Amino acid sequence: MTFTLTRRALMAAATATLALGTPALAEDSKLDSIHFLIPGGAGGGWDGTARGTGEALTKAGLVGTASFENMSGGGGGKAIGYLIENADSNHGTLMVNSTPIVIRSLTGVFPHNFRDLTMVAGTIGDYATFVVGKDSPINSMADLIAAYKTDPRGTAIGGGSVPGGMDHLVAAMVMKAAGENPTQVKYIPYDAGGMAMAALLSGEIAALSTGFSEAVDLANAGEVKIIGVTSDQRVPAYADAMTMKEQGIDTTFVNWRGFFAAPGLPEERKAAYQAAIAKMYDTPEWEEVRARNGWVNIHNSGDDFEKFLEGQEEAIKSLMQELGFL
Amino acid sequence: MFEGIMIGLSSAFSLTNLMMVIGGCLIGTFIGMLPGLGPMSIISIMIPVAITIGDPSAALILLAGVYYGAIFGGSTSSILINAPGVASTVATSFDGYPLARQGKAGKALTVAAISSFCGGSIGAVLLMIFAPALATVALLFHSAEYFALMVVGLSAIAAFAGTGQVVKALLMTLLGLIMATVGEGALFNMPRFTMGIMDLQSGFGFITLAMAMFALPEALYLVLDPSRSKTEGGSNEIKDLRITRDEARAIAPVIGRQSIQGFLIGVLPGAGATIASFLGYAVERNIAPKEEQEQFGKGSVKGLAAPESANNAACTGSFVPLLTLGIPGSGTTAILLGALIALNVSPGPRLMIDEPQIFWAVIISMYVGNLVLLVLNLPLIPYIAKVLAVPRNYLIPFILFFTLMGAYIGQNNATELLILVGLGICATLLRFADYPLAPLLIGFILGSMLEDNFARAMQLYDGMGFLLDRPMTLALLVLAALLVLLPSYRARRARLRQVGVSDGD
Repeated sequence: MTFTLTRRALMAAATATLALGTPALAEDSKLDSIHFLIPGGAGGGWDGTARGTGEALTKAGLVGTASFENMSGGGGGKAIGYLIENADSNHGTLMVNSTPIVIRSLTGVFPHNFRDLTMVAGTIGDYATFVVGKDSPINSMADLIAAYKTDPRGTAIGGGSVPGGMDHLVAAMVMKAAGENPTQVKYIPYDAGGMAMAALLSGEIAALSTGFSEAVDLANAGEVKIIGVTSDQRVPAYADAMTMKEQGIDTTFVNWRGFFAAPGLPEERKAAYQAAIAKMYDTPEWEEVRARNGWVNIHNSGDDFEKFLEGQEEAIKSLMQELGFL
Repeated sequence: MFEGIMIGLSSAFSLTNLMMVIGGCLIGTFIGMLPGLGPMSIISIMIPVAITIGDPSAALILLAGVYYGAIFGGSTSSILINAPGVASTVATSFDGYPLARQGKAGKALTVAAISSFCGGSIGAVLLMIFAPALATVALLFHSAEYFALMVVGLSAIAAFAGTGQVVKALLMTLLGLIMATVGEGALFNMPRFTMGIMDLQSGFGFITLAMAMFALPEALYLVLDPSRSKTEGGSNEIKDLRITRDEARAIAPVIGRQSIQGFLIGVLPGAGATIASFLGYAVERNIAPKEEQEQFGKGSVKGLAAPESANNAACTGSFVPLLTLGIPGSGTTAILLGALIALNVSPGPRLMIDEPQIFWAVIISMYVGNLVLLVLNLPLIPYIAKVLAVPRNYLIPFILFFTLMGAYIGQNNATELLILVGLGICATLLRFADYPLAPLLIGFILGSMLEDNFARAMQLYDGMGFLLDRPMTLALLVLAALLVLLPSYRARRARLRQVGVSDGD
């Protein structure tokens, strides 16, 4: 504990020196250090994103050192609260987060939302997909909708999130765009991707709403067929998979991951973070981390990021209201 | 297949891969001894190392070695300081810790080592022969059956209800089930019973609760009751690892049965080593003769051998859905799956055909890993067991340190420590009142899986229809009822007979 405090104090001091000593922080000057705040425990998706990004940034020489701190609790709310309360001493901190920050602010799981933070950049993302088992008679979204129309109670769609969570919202979004009533769709939640996959293969559910990168691995292994992707255009990583749009279902969705900083972060500091992240994409170090984790580069910086988040919040909000979660 | 085995053999016995197994087992065992660092965290730590190795079979062999070592190491803290760091070693502490208290720590560790070895080895053989066939069996289980399986798992509490404490044991189970509902469940997107406390939103942590129920009351008891600190046997016995011929004869069939049962349960995605260990314990207690049944929970070697062989066999079993279907059956295998994908290996039915050298090298190194663990650990047992010979004024801070560290390390959340101490004090009071604490932990561990699967089954069948529609569910539920009722019925009949005798008719 003492160690963390000291380290944080040092960092705050370093930041202060930087801010005071060199007011005109040069565009290409290297960041000394970044402290990554991870709102969940070790081993999760947030953890991997922060550590992978830190690794790429330091190895590529864009940042001197990276430190990491896991602060779980409150579904991520504890770390957000901490960053806001201690904003002044946390100019050296970047917090990783993803789509759930939008969903959970809406449901009131935590009192803050993304506007209370400084939005730095969205860095990677993952599209959503519908998959079916390899032996399933369903081969396209049209087949699935037909099966659903014949037997709505027997055609359940599973996912790895709680009702009202991301996988459910995607399922509802897609079914709505296909002209069905999203509140009638039987969504079955599983607590982990593995369990949901087992349920799909055992025939308990007809289709599974899941992340694209996970689906590609399973499709390559010959376990599942991808029947629809929520991207604008076909994704090169698995070009055989049709998009929802191609099949007349006009909907897109990206589960993003990105970085936030404390509110009131000085502009030049924010610009320095954004510059470092932007440069990171061209380095082989990042490419190695990205490929290892199967991430898709979806870079949204600054104002674009804010616009994107607002658009996503709007879409999710109206959908959740319709589904009765708000 | 034979050809594949030969390729696997030559690959597994290459010098690098042997080093990987040995290194992995050593790392796993030593880190696994610390409560709070279970196989999942250790494997996550090791993944970057494994990926730098580059060769997929070597990397997977290293990780499998770490996995086995961690499970093996986890039972050590259960036995010695009553601090099970992983859910699957909770049942190990039921009889392992009483044995250690009787001064038979060395023996307890030896029994655990041998049972683990046999469980893992028999599991590896079963995996080698039946993997492809079993993959389809695993898919016969739907949510309804998982629900029923969790109910069967809960029947393990009968083991603590035997000694006239049926009501107390049931109450504690209920309390555990209630505690499992705290936080955001998988079925609702709103937090339940968190009383507005943000730290409770993700529910109680397993490690926190396990430490609060077992390790902390034990340490407090040692403080409050000085006479307890002396183990009842002589200190020579602590180091004594010998198992008598009778004991060996008693545990051999237990190990055989539980290795097979554990393996089969491990094959089911989501059931895993924890259920296997509880069920193994419950089943062995129920089929034991009456006088041995009394010994369960008080230091029975059978009660120690059963969960140890079952959880190791189940770990091997969990590789069946991973390697043949690409489905991770547990958190740990999910992390392994991630590692496989990072190494450009796609697990699934094609793995055996496309890359037999990886498939078989992994299976064979599992066997080698078990052997290595046994060889490494048997000579170390006397030294490890010496922990208990440490005077109590050093031992208590030692236990407290590891307990608190275990709760903190996984989440880096200091509130966990407050929760741990609060619950630990409650647990100590309950122990004074002679309430068994193990049923609470069993209820807590199984509670969320029980609820989730039940709710899913209800949703899928629009009601309770699954009870009639799915015969396997009904059969499992009947089995659970029998496992709970049979012992109390037997006890009742025995009591009635005794009463009858004393009445003189």
